[in-house]
Amino acid sequence: MKLIIKSGRVIDPTQNRDEIGDILIENGVIKEIGQNIPAEGAEIIDAQNKIVCPGLIDVHVHLREPGFEYKETIETGVKAAVAGGFTAVCCMANTNPVNDNQEITRYIFKKAKELCLARVYPIGAVSKGLEGKELAPIGELKEAGVIALSDDGNPIYDSGFLRRALEYAKYFNLPIISHAEDKGLAPDGVINEGLMSTSLGLPGIPAVAEEIMVFRDIKLAELTGWHVHIAHVSCAGSVELIRQAKAKGIRVTAETCPHYFTLTEEAVKDFNTNAKVSPPLRTATDVKAVRKGLKDGTIDVIATDHAPHHPLEKETTFEDAPSGLIGLETSLPISLKLVEEGFLTWSELINKMSCYPAKIFNLDGGSLKPGSVADVTIIDPEVSYRIDVNQFYSKGRNCPFHGWEVKGKVAMTIVGGQVVYREN
Amino acid sequence: MEGGFNKHHLLGIRELLPSEIEFILNTADAMKEISFRDIKKVPTLRGKTVITFFYEPSTRTRTSFEIAAKRLSADTINISASTSSLVKGESLLDTARNLQAMQPDILIIRHPHAGAPHFLAKHINTAVINAGDGMHEHPTQALLDAMSIKEKKGTIEGLEIAIIGDITHSRVARSDILLFTKLRAKVRVAGPPTLIPPYIENLGAKVCPCIEDALEGADVVIALRVQRERLKQVLFPDLREYAIRFGLNKKRLALTKKDAVLMHPGPVNWGVELDPEVMDLERTIILNQVTNGVAVRMAILVLVAG
Repeated sequence: MKLIIKSGRVIDPTQNRDEIGDILIENGVIKEIGQNIPAEGAEIIDAQNKIVCPGLIDVHVHLREPGFEYKETIETGVKAAVAGGFTAVCCMANTNPVNDNQEITRYIFKKAKELCLARVYPIGAVSKGLEGKELAPIGELKEAGVIALSDDGNPIYDSGFLRRALEYAKYFNLPIISHAEDKGLAPDGVINEGLMSTSLGLPGIPAVAEEIMVFRDIKLAELTGWHVHIAHVSCAGSVELIRQAKAKGIRVTAETCPHYFTLTEEAVKDFNTNAKVSPPLRTATDVKAVRKGLKDGTIDVIATDHAPHHPLEKETTFEDAPSGLIGLETSLPISLKLVEEGFLTWSELINKMSCYPAKIFNLDGGSLKPGSVADVTIIDPEVSYRIDVNQFYSKGRNCPFHGWEVKGKVAMTIVGGQVVYREN
Repeated sequence: MEGGFNKHHLLGIRELLPSEIEFILNTADAMKEISFRDIKKVPTLRGKTVITFFYEPSTRTRTSFEIAAKRLSADTINISASTSSLVKGESLLDTARNLQAMQPDILIIRHPHAGAPHFLAKHINTAVINAGDGMHEHPTQALLDAMSIKEKKGTIEGLEIAIIGDITHSRVARSDILLFTKLRAKVRVAGPPTLIPPYIENLGAKVCPCIEDALEGADVVIALRVQRERLKQVLFPDLREYAIRFGLNKKRLALTKKDAVLMHPGPVNWGVELDPEVMDLERTIILNQVTNGVAVRMAILVLVAG
């Protein structure tokens, strides 16, 4: 089984490569990368005028299965993933039952393997039932195949507990992903505390609720010598804290999401529940700081925090609506605005959406080096179109970018040498 | 009359032009007299159906709307959260669609969540009137406040209006600030710092460091209710301390202009935000507010039905 991708602009930051060329795939791995590779016996994919890069990896999605199949299933989630150019996704543990035991982990793997679309890497819970009280069976989860641990959605409040969790997780080489939020500062908060919360009469969440926990997590990473990955960084203060921590050599990495470098709290005006997300959208100053953090390397990864909800769940008052928005099918075009604006180079963007996620979480892919798994995303950078939630593979419609004009579309997604998505 | 009022709903003061506010107030002035007739009824809304839909307790606002509707000859139906299918778990959207299916003309809603009336207005054709949504807006209260002030002062423009107390949780404060600044009054707010929300200046109010500063030379003082249900939080130590430090009494009111009026949206916690000694002062116009509430709501009903 041979596949050759011809004449694309091949961008692979892991090889400092950005040039027109061919990629030969054989038996699911990258065989050769170069110019004018002979095509005999291979299926030919013409990638002229297209970008060819290591498959995109989203380290933060909610696939909702088991338990919330009315919001999303593993099938609809990975279909959305490959349509968005993602060859792998890491799914959070807040399913029902919670992914705090090997049965759930194995169930997710089994479902994903039957589909043969994107790779799915489950993230295990840190604590049983995400309650922040007792450690989940971390060794068992590791053996079943989880790639990291997180109580995402339920911030771990007890610092002593998180310390022990980090110490224990270190033994099993599993990073802990932190949803940093001090709920005590905003027990009922639903949007950023500021002009919008005052104007709309909605309970606010101040940025310090995130910053305090980011600082705590950094100090615990320092104390335990273990890797904390800060999820969905939303505010300027967090970026600064992470920057300082990295300068001191503390083992901390960080992600942000397209909405945090694109939207401000203004997006919730008119009580738009599709812009209700946790952490909340912040201010223009924060957007600027998050962008700067991406540019200077403080923020390693762009993830989506893809959080589908049933449309009816969002059709209610702002306070009643669940938090979260979907991102798998908009992450690439929204992130490409940073390239279009000249803020990031293509290589920088691909690092953050593919190479670094693979490196940080020790995943297959994220590189086109010969011998790597043949996970490849082909992008047509010139296609302009309008985002339409009704075209999504995801069951979710909770997308604040509906109707946006964007440029750059996934042309093809290849996982393990198999074409799993092809733009028609 | 210049401007008029062409909106289908009354969702908040934010959506209103100054000319629309003036138009509503003038209409309310004309309505007021009806309540003082022997036969308090005009046929204006005969054959119209008005539903009051209250998810929160209310005496004044609900009765006021119902009386207003009845004086206009509308048929009124009252629904409250505890007697509706909400207790069976029916969603707000479903409830609204079902009510709509019975072809009411006007739906008056009070809801503990900000934006609930705006949500309904997006989904149903019936005219929606906001009777208070969470901490967001209470437009008819602001309109009746403005009517009451105009009766005493002749105008809103140029007045110094002090709003004292829990600004953070007050929809009355937000609607008042928006309305008074639209009519070019100056608004000052003061209270315990735990109850002053961030960026309130951006709505047009000046934050005073202490209540004495806010009262100094004021033309109008609006005291807000201490929301006892919030006492479990750590916003101030107890009611006694609140009364002593932030309550309004004769001594504090002496800082205002001699002819300043004292208002309160009700229900008053006498002995907390207001000392009972101010209850019967001539400047205290709390009951005038209630009377004007009926006139303002009659005006709104006529205008949204029109």
